[in-house]
Amino acid sequence: MRELRYREALREAMLEEMERDERVFLMGEEVGHYQGAYKVSEGLLERFGERRVVDTPIAEAGFAGVGIGAAMAGLRPIIEFMTWNFSFVAFDQIISNAAKVHQMSAGAIKVPIVFRGPNGAAKQVAAQHSHSCAPFYTNIPGLYVIQPSTPRDAKGLLKSAIRSNNPVIFLEGETLYGVKGEVPDEGVEELIPIGESRLVRPGADCTIVTWGRPYYTVLAAAEKLSGEGIDCEVVDPRTLRPLDTRLMVESVKKTNRCVVVHEHWPYGGPGAEIVDRLQREAFDYLDAPLERVTGLDVPMPYALNLEDKVLPTEERVIDAVKRVAYAS
Amino acid sequence: MQNKDDLLRQYRMMMVMRRFEEEAARNYAKGKIGGFLHLYIGQEAIAVAVTEVLEERDYIFQTYRDHGIALARGMSAKAGMAELFGKDTGCSRGFGGSMHFFDVDRGFLGGWAIVGGHLALAAGTAFKSKYAGEDSVTVCFFGDGSINIGGFHEAMSLAGLWKLPVVFVCENNQYAMGTPLERTSPLKDLSIKAKGYGMVGDRFDGHDVEVVQARINEAVDRARTGGGPTFIEVLTYRFRGHSMSDPAKYRTTTELEQRKQQDPITVVREKLMGLGVDESALDDIDLEVDEEIDEAVRFADESPPAREDLMMSTVMAPEGES
Ligand SMILES: Cc1ncc(C[n+]2csc(CCOP(=O)(O)OP(=O)(O)O)c2C)c(N)n1
Ligand SMILES: [Mg+2]
Repeated sequence: MRELRYREALREAMLEEMERDERVFLMGEEVGHYQGAYKVSEGLLERFGERRVVDTPIAEAGFAGVGIGAAMAGLRPIIEFMTWNFSFVAFDQIISNAAKVHQMSAGAIKVPIVFRGPNGAAKQVAAQHSHSCAPFYTNIPGLYVIQPSTPRDAKGLLKSAIRSNNPVIFLEGETLYGVKGEVPDEGVEELIPIGESRLVRPGADCTIVTWGRPYYTVLAAAEKLSGEGIDCEVVDPRTLRPLDTRLMVESVKKTNRCVVVHEHWPYGGPGAEIVDRLQREAFDYLDAPLERVTGLDVPMPYALNLEDKVLPTEERVIDAVKRVAYAS
Repeated sequence: MQNKDDLLRQYRMMMVMRRFEEEAARNYAKGKIGGFLHLYIGQEAIAVAVTEVLEERDYIFQTYRDHGIALARGMSAKAGMAELFGKDTGCSRGFGGSMHFFDVDRGFLGGWAIVGGHLALAAGTAFKSKYAGEDSVTVCFFGDGSINIGGFHEAMSLAGLWKLPVVFVCENNQYAMGTPLERTSPLKDLSIKAKGYGMVGDRFDGHDVEVVQARINEAVDRARTGGGPTFIEVLTYRFRGHSMSDPAKYRTTTELEQRKQQDPITVVREKLMGLGVDESALDDIDLEVDEEIDEAVRFADESPPAREDLMMSTVMAPEGES
């Protein structure tokens, strides 16, 4: 194993898959000459040239659609949204076309495409630039939705996404790009299957399900809680659609308590879906109502003092765990 | 040729804009300002010229590069700076930040951060003017990078079809983030697009405030008197990077230095001296502006933070009387 940053892990995944398969190409705003708005694609233009690393004008609906069309004809595009906030102008392409054509054509047409880019709040980029997009896309049959928390998951899942024969929504995080973590050594290929959750931290007293940016908030909170004698088990779904509840259910059967922590808004989405599944699949094992710690139900304000209130904090996680553990 | 007093006023305003943003950049480096900060430095003549031409009842829309136009329209430097500092005294009470200045009382309907998203809104306020039989006009600014997105096409289509009283001002500063225009558009002259939407097109340099004012005036007049929309391409240049995080490595220093020869502020300054204004009188204005901006920074610093209670209570508008 070696240490890589999340952004480097993503870059390696693209690089390896582009070397492996000529049909794979990267397209988006500033991905080439500028080396990526967040430098994820740094060096790829030099390596693969303008044919396969394609800079576009600001025309998300256009290049998302071009990608879908190219995929229908046999290519395997990676479409980068500079941020997922800009995917909304391409929403129709993703929902009405990419997610639908396989079934509409009775399986005759495949759309092997990956849409990727940073998702969620960054820092003080305000209401139009801080959307946590999982709920919008997990609602759509016909799509896979992946939101990796660590460099290793980012690499292994992006490689699987690129090899998938279906449209994949791949949600990264601007605040995660600099995070370091262990990734298998060069030459050791790891494909992490889409739709498999991961046990992050074993524990006996309370299950916490989390992914994305709050993953790190939760790990810090779990550390503090263990100092207070509450031992948390942490599960990361990694893929949000399809959702793998196996580990969560097993965990809840053991701990009898669960808190779900996510950045997206509380109304619906994968957070609410997980709660729904757990109350059905582990009903007899629950000793307390499930709790959620979520992004607050407001558009993201610019001011830092308010943004800090909106995003899940260690404090809120600790409080929720204590509530379900009746330890407060 | 305008009279000296007009030019002096315009010079002062451009200095306010310039100093405001230089100070904003400094405070960004100090961590007092966060998020994205896009500076208008180099483009000031355009915003000043537009506000000179408009009436109080008119509407203005801008992108995230919005400090200049807000100040030109009469927003105080204090309200602007406090917004950047995320304070309750800011023009958007700390909720908008740099990209989302608002000054509704002055018809400034926002800085908008999704490329192409606000063009149809501008057609919408123009629609209201027509609907209500008012002679107000809407001016909508956007960048050269915004002409390829669907929002541009649809807004232009509707405005052209319905002959709405709106002036679309494309501030062509040659770059969309790191991408020069020749890599985003097969056209050199963007104004020819106007024809396809059944509206008048115009194209001119943006560094001479007098030229901009005269040409904008024609378009605004046309809109006000029922002649329909205009699409204007103003050729300009931003002296700073796209935002604070952009070191602008994609252009040469020679190019930048050449462009700075046409700094709109230097252009007015020289004009004024040509009209017999003493250099010392201009320096006095500069000093006065420095003080105004220092005062704005102090005000922003000392203002109370954005209010948490407003965060919940402003999500929805109150119901009741409609
Ligand atoms: C739909 C959408 N896509 C991408 C972005 C990211 N982005 C913000 S500004 C910008 C460049 C815009 O350039 P231009 O229109 O020329 O305006 P300028 O910044 O030069 O004033 C880009 C790509 C965005 N805000 N919205
Ligand atoms: Mg531009």
